[in-house]
Amino acid sequence: MNITRSGRVLAIAAAVSVSALVLSGCAANEAPVEPTATPLNISGKLTGAGASSQAAAEDAWIADFQMTNNLVDVTYDPTGSGAGRTAFISGGVSFAGTDSYLSDKELASTFAACTPGTKVFEVPVYVSPIAVIYNVDGVTDLNLDASTIAKIFTGAITTWNDPAIVALNPKAKLPATAITPVHRSDDSGTSKNFSDYLFQNAKADWAIEKPADKFPFEVGEAAQGTAGVVAAVANGTGTIGYADASKVGKLTVANIKVGKDFVAYSPEGAAAVVAGSKPVAGRDKSDMAVDINRTTTNPDEYPLVLVSYAVGCLSYADAKVGPLVNAYISYLVSEQGQALAAKAAGSAPLSADVQKQAAAIAATIK
Amino acid sequence: MSTEVERVTTSKRTLEPKVLWLTAAASFLVSLGVFVVLSMAGITSGFDIVATVLWSAFLYVALSYVMSRIVEGKRKATDRLVAGVVTSAFVIALLPLISLIYTTVADGLNRLDGTFFSSSMRNIVGEGGGGLHALIGTLEVTLAASIISIPIGIMTAIYLVEYGRGKLAQAVTFLIDVMTGIPSIVAGLFAFALFAIFFGPGIRFGIGGAVALSLLMIPVVVRSTEEMLKLVPNELREASYALGVPKWLTVVKVVLPTAIAGIITGVMIAISRIIGETAPLLIIAGLSTNMNYDLFNDRMTTLPVFVYTQYANPGRDAQAYLDRAWTGALVLILIVMALNIIARILAKVLAPKGQR
Amino acid sequence: MTSATTSQPALRAPRRLGDRVFSIAATTSGVIILVVLASVAIFLVSKSVPALVATDKEVTDVGMSFWGNIGPLVFGTIWAAALALLFAVPFAIAIALFISHYAPRRIAQGLGYAIDLLAAIPSVVYGLWGIMVLAPAVQPIYVWLVDNVGWFPLFAGPVSGTGRTVLTVAVVLAVMILPIITALSREIFLQTPRLHEEAALALGATKWEMIKMAVLPFGRPGIISATMLGLGRALGETMAVAMVLSPAVIVSFALLQSQNPTTIAANIALNFPEAHDLGVNVLIATGLVLFIITLIVNSLARFIVNRRKAFSGAN
Repeated sequence: MNITRSGRVLAIAAAVSVSALVLSGCAANEAPVEPTATPLNISGKLTGAGASSQAAAEDAWIADFQMTNNLVDVTYDPTGSGAGRTAFISGGVSFAGTDSYLSDKELASTFAACTPGTKVFEVPVYVSPIAVIYNVDGVTDLNLDASTIAKIFTGAITTWNDPAIVALNPKAKLPATAITPVHRSDDSGTSKNFSDYLFQNAKADWAIEKPADKFPFEVGEAAQGTAGVVAAVANGTGTIGYADASKVGKLTVANIKVGKDFVAYSPEGAAAVVAGSKPVAGRDKSDMAVDINRTTTNPDEYPLVLVSYAVGCLSYADAKVGPLVNAYISYLVSEQGQALAAKAAGSAPLSADVQKQAAAIAATIK
Repeated sequence: MSTEVERVTTSKRTLEPKVLWLTAAASFLVSLGVFVVLSMAGITSGFDIVATVLWSAFLYVALSYVMSRIVEGKRKATDRLVAGVVTSAFVIALLPLISLIYTTVADGLNRLDGTFFSSSMRNIVGEGGGGLHALIGTLEVTLAASIISIPIGIMTAIYLVEYGRGKLAQAVTFLIDVMTGIPSIVAGLFAFALFAIFFGPGIRFGIGGAVALSLLMIPVVVRSTEEMLKLVPNELREASYALGVPKWLTVVKVVLPTAIAGIITGVMIAISRIIGETAPLLIIAGLSTNMNYDLFNDRMTTLPVFVYTQYANPGRDAQAYLDRAWTGALVLILIVMALNIIARILAKVLAPKGQR
Repeated sequence: MTSATTSQPALRAPRRLGDRVFSIAATTSGVIILVVLASVAIFLVSKSVPALVATDKEVTDVGMSFWGNIGPLVFGTIWAAALALLFAVPFAIAIALFISHYAPRRIAQGLGYAIDLLAAIPSVVYGLWGIMVLAPAVQPIYVWLVDNVGWFPLFAGPVSGTGRTVLTVAVVLAVMILPIITALSREIFLQTPRLHEEAALALGATKWEMIKMAVLPFGRPGIISATMLGLGRALGETMAVAMVLSPAVIVSFALLQSQNPTTIAANIALNFPEAHDLGVNVLIATGLVLFIITLIVNSLARFIVNRRKAFSGAN
């Protein structure tokens, strides 16, 4: 009885302190701050929505952007790429973040937020290598090629000491444990890029011609979100999965075969492959959508990457929004913005050329 | 005849409580010993407290049944068996609770500090920051949802139990059943579609979330209140009518107070049900890192959404995000605990005397 | 018990203005629900129709078909919820009995409160707990089960490497719905007329016999009602299932494998963010199906409860 009573007293004390805090007003960190740099002459609210892959980077960007421009409120809803694109097209948000570039059908639609008759822009803002992560007792260094990865994730290879894996890793002590491949259970750009990479490099073992956001096979485990895949791989035995490289934590990461070498993921390699990729044919100048060069043989490039874009109007119907988007997107693709995302979210900064091109487009937004 | 004989024996020979306590202690010690030995011998990896509790409960129930069967006879033994099973069920159900609370408290304490309650997430990257904005959001949205749902829910239940006859009552009963089946995400989509008609597709505000949550809350309130009202003996109503009390006053002064404890429990279940919702709020209330006191304007973050986004979209320093998530969860549990206590005190004050 | 049905207007309280106001207020609440639900239904149906009538070409464009997925999804939803009920209901009744009739009166309230706490834990936390604590803890048990009783179809291998199977989800769901069923059952058990109980005891019944004869029959409609509330939650639970389960769109009774049938609600939550065009309609159409499933289950329960109306005080 005493325990219950003191528990209650504690809980009531907690409730009282909570309500006291609630009544005490604004949050401590929201007091007006001195701008850290000379602010631009802008103010107002800017909302975006879309890919959750960008969420951590957007958080960092928004914080830094608002520190400088203290009269601006930027919000980014990580609702998912599809929802973000839909919201932007219907005018619900001013810009969208998306892991897949706009489809031709979407490009042909009317964008409610834009001045009628004007085009939209599409610039890469967030490039992240995708890491193949695994958790096998006693194995700390693993080399894999696209064909082997494809066979593992389609269920053709089922144990870690399969001859195909042993051939690639003559020195490793591979156990006879069963392989549990872990893929994304939700639709995601990560799955799409992973699938595209495997198809381009191992068509025979991965017969998925049109990569989709949904993982194409009913094999192995599925887990929700990057965090879910990482947790499943970390907590399981004999597991292997794929996840945005910045979120893999302490898990061991496989090297993938590019040309004749096995390369580990690196931000530089990811940025390099994007810089070396061809733009999507038939698009406007303001559209920087690229088809990634998955079959590169240059060992300085890491072809298993995810490119996430920012999409918005070149000219906004609401004159107040244009300058905000201009300033924000310009900041995102600036050297400073890219470096911050690399530090806070582990992305690969855009290469100098891509960055310059994106900055030029962002400068024309009005 | 045989029952007669048995009853005589049962009244004479009974198991002393002391013996039963000893049996319980012995079963616990035996299983403890077995599992310690097993873990030391390396057969199981580490000492397993859950298995120990399960096995000692099982041992105790079995032993007490056998002993009682020998000493007290079959009927008493069955009685003891049921008592044992019921008690063990309770203990076993406590295991996940303890595990959950332990995990939440252990991980949540890391960030249960002043900063958490005095900061929002505006301009925060990595460590620091807090959930004040989410705390305010949760309190406001839940309060708004309760203000919408509780009167409608209780009045509907009163209608169904006290007034409802014929087609309309049947239709309402049916619809309440339908309503319990609304998936939470559909409630969010519906609220969004509804408000988008009036305010455009960019609409995100707290009250929209409250409306979505009301859709989920109303059927729970109706169902549980209805059940409690039905349990009020008709004799009470009849006695009241016999004294010339009008029906509405009978409901207010006799029926509701009699059922009030149960109704409050039902309302608390309903609040607990919605206070932890994530999916619909992500759609209609949006996500914000800023403070927002205004339910009718701008995005509003609630604690579950805060917890979910901190878990799902961490930055480089994932541990800082995970710590905030657990602390958010802990605060949410504390809020519901506080609400529960208030409700219990209310129930006690409001309930008529002379009840159990 | 005298009944006050319409056929017997003998017992009629005096009608006053207050009566009419109260009656109108109560009726209005009923009508509000009617209107709200009608609009939800219209919304759902209108958004579902495109998915129901989609041509093959449209389906291949979004890579998601309603008719191709709905069977396994319905199966998964019912399967997971049924397993959860299988675990939760016996426990809930036992716990409710423990609190109402076995535990010492002084601590009973505190214990009931501890169970109520489970209801307060948000599903996100259940999800986190399920994936971080429960799944790794039960995985070795699953390995043992598959190795030793794998011949039994439910426990067939190959075993999941992470423990995130439908059985784990069912346990999580059971823990989630336990407090809902317990809280209502407990209140109802406490309402058992004391005369009935004392009469049974006076006849020499043991405690269990008294419960069997007086408490359980009295509480049965309430237990069913409470179970239905729990089932409603289990059927519609989204986040916890989405986070814990390793889903696949399949029909399978195996409890311990990597591929598990997924539920409608979890499937919506997982795929909605990236859904576009027809995909949105497909998902909402599955939501409509969930709606209908719950409706059928509830109607069934309603039917059972109504047959036993004699036990209600306000019949």
